[in-house]
Amino acid sequence: MQIYLPIAEVSVNAFLLLGLGGIVGILSGMFGVGGGFLMTPLLFMIGIPPAVAVATEANIIVASSFSGVLAHFRRKTVDLRMGFVLLVGGLIGAGLGVQVFALLREMGQVDLLVRLCYVLFLGIIGALMFVESLNAIRRSRAEGPAPRTVRRQRGWIHALPLKMKFRTSGLYISVIPPLAVGLFVGILAAIMGVGGGFIMVPAMIYLLGMPTKVVVGTSLFQIIFVTGFATLLHATTNYTVDMVLAVLLLVGGVVGAQIGARLGTRLKAEQLRILLAIMVLAVCGKLALDLLIEPAELYSIGTGGEH
Amino acid sequence: MVRLLLLLLGLALPAAAEEVVADLSQDRVSISTSFSGSEILIFGAIKRSAPPPLQPPLAVIVTLEGPDEEVIVRRKDRVAGIWVNVEGIEVERAPSFYAVASTRPLEEALSHTDDLRWRISTAQKLRAIDATSTAVNASAFLDALVRVRQAEGVYTRAEGTVQLRDDTLFSTQIALPSALTEGNYETRIFLTRGGRVIDSYATSIFVSKVGLERFIYGLAHDQPLVYGILSLVIAIAAGWIASAVFRYILP
Repeated sequence: MQIYLPIAEVSVNAFLLLGLGGIVGILSGMFGVGGGFLMTPLLFMIGIPPAVAVATEANIIVASSFSGVLAHFRRKTVDLRMGFVLLVGGLIGAGLGVQVFALLREMGQVDLLVRLCYVLFLGIIGALMFVESLNAIRRSRAEGPAPRTVRRQRGWIHALPLKMKFRTSGLYISVIPPLAVGLFVGILAAIMGVGGGFIMVPAMIYLLGMPTKVVVGTSLFQIIFVTGFATLLHATTNYTVDMVLAVLLLVGGVVGAQIGARLGTRLKAEQLRILLAIMVLAVCGKLALDLLIEPAELYSIGTGGEH
Repeated sequence: MVRLLLLLLGLALPAAAEEVVADLSQDRVSISTSFSGSEILIFGAIKRSAPPPLQPPLAVIVTLEGPDEEVIVRRKDRVAGIWVNVEGIEVERAPSFYAVASTRPLEEALSHTDDLRWRISTAQKLRAIDATSTAVNASAFLDALVRVRQAEGVYTRAEGTVQLRDDTLFSTQIALPSALTEGNYETRIFLTRGGRVIDSYATSIFVSKVGLERFIYGLAHDQPLVYGILSLVIAIAAGWIASAVFRYILP
């Protein structure tokens, strides 16, 4: 069933959109990532103009994250206090990121920079997570059910002032690292047009030392607000949010997110992380190949307003 | 304005012994939610005050042109191992859609001088637009624009698709793609003999969004903040409903 999208101005198959939304939604619920880093390139591939794809994606992430976070709230796996701290950083970061984006746009080559950002961050994070979770699995296999080692970083992070108690995460740390993480992710989210969960989730686990259990819910909580803010910015400045496209993708997406959240509880933390790592690496590889292999058509056409 | 111009040009032609009379199957196209492209039937006849000359042979050329838009054509090159856009030109006005249909190959039906004058073939159509550029070789960029858009099916050239019966009645169908831009689509019909245009006719098709499409597009542009908030409300409601439904069916 073909449907004409009013803002994107293309006609696409409605079931294709529902299916895409569903698959990305499952991943979103399982890993606590918004799924933007997968969905945005997929939308380019089916012929949605890039500017519309990025803006609409922000709107879709709001829906799937909201659906996912409710499931996590019920299981009490959201650290609200940590979420708010991350959010403050995130909103400031998103604001800054929009400025940086505008600056890059004036200099040209914003396209390339976004791609390089993707390859760099996806590559580093994917590789780190892959190695770490592989080691964890190997360790648990070798020792059988190992006594859970409580990792507490007693380093510089604990020497910082403005300490706060995060009861749900079982942490007593300074608010500066979470604020910085939020800020950094906010900047990247605005530049790369994604929620930023794929960066935030590892940062929360490895940098802040939060338990994997609460990381996903807390990340989703923060993503809702940052992407909501981005949606409003896109809608009012570029008029590129396509409501019809968003509705079709999010119907699939919210259902997928529910299924994903339930699947996620059945898998072990290490397995979950290794799966996410493989996915991140696959997307990174695809993007890197696009940059390295000579394209069949050296010329490309962009319309006036967009890049 | 355009029509007036064409009329004046038409008057400047030698007193035509043969004239085109034409019409379209529809003079407006409505883009609704289920819109997936449209076929326009263009038909007509050749009016004569005297018996037709036997030679040179008659040909009919039909063009359909979408609204102009500004495009940027960029070229990639390898820099430090990766492929990046190195240069580009801005084309101020390129038609968003351009189709040429003719009774026989365009080279036979149309002389180069008349093509230059009437800007009928895609190449001539684009040659007319001024490309502000820093690139040395602007024509390579224009060729690329045509090549890419032909591959996308946005610029088409269909030779032999105009049916001409008894040198009098003609008809053709031009398919409009599903990815249409709103605006006036200019239709031109040329009658040629021996490559020379002896008469022409122009009319236009109005393409616009209707119903829900019109409403959403209008809201997004007139009330962007309301539209943005509405998008968020829909997103949150959808997320909440899905969560509630799943909680009910899968406790």
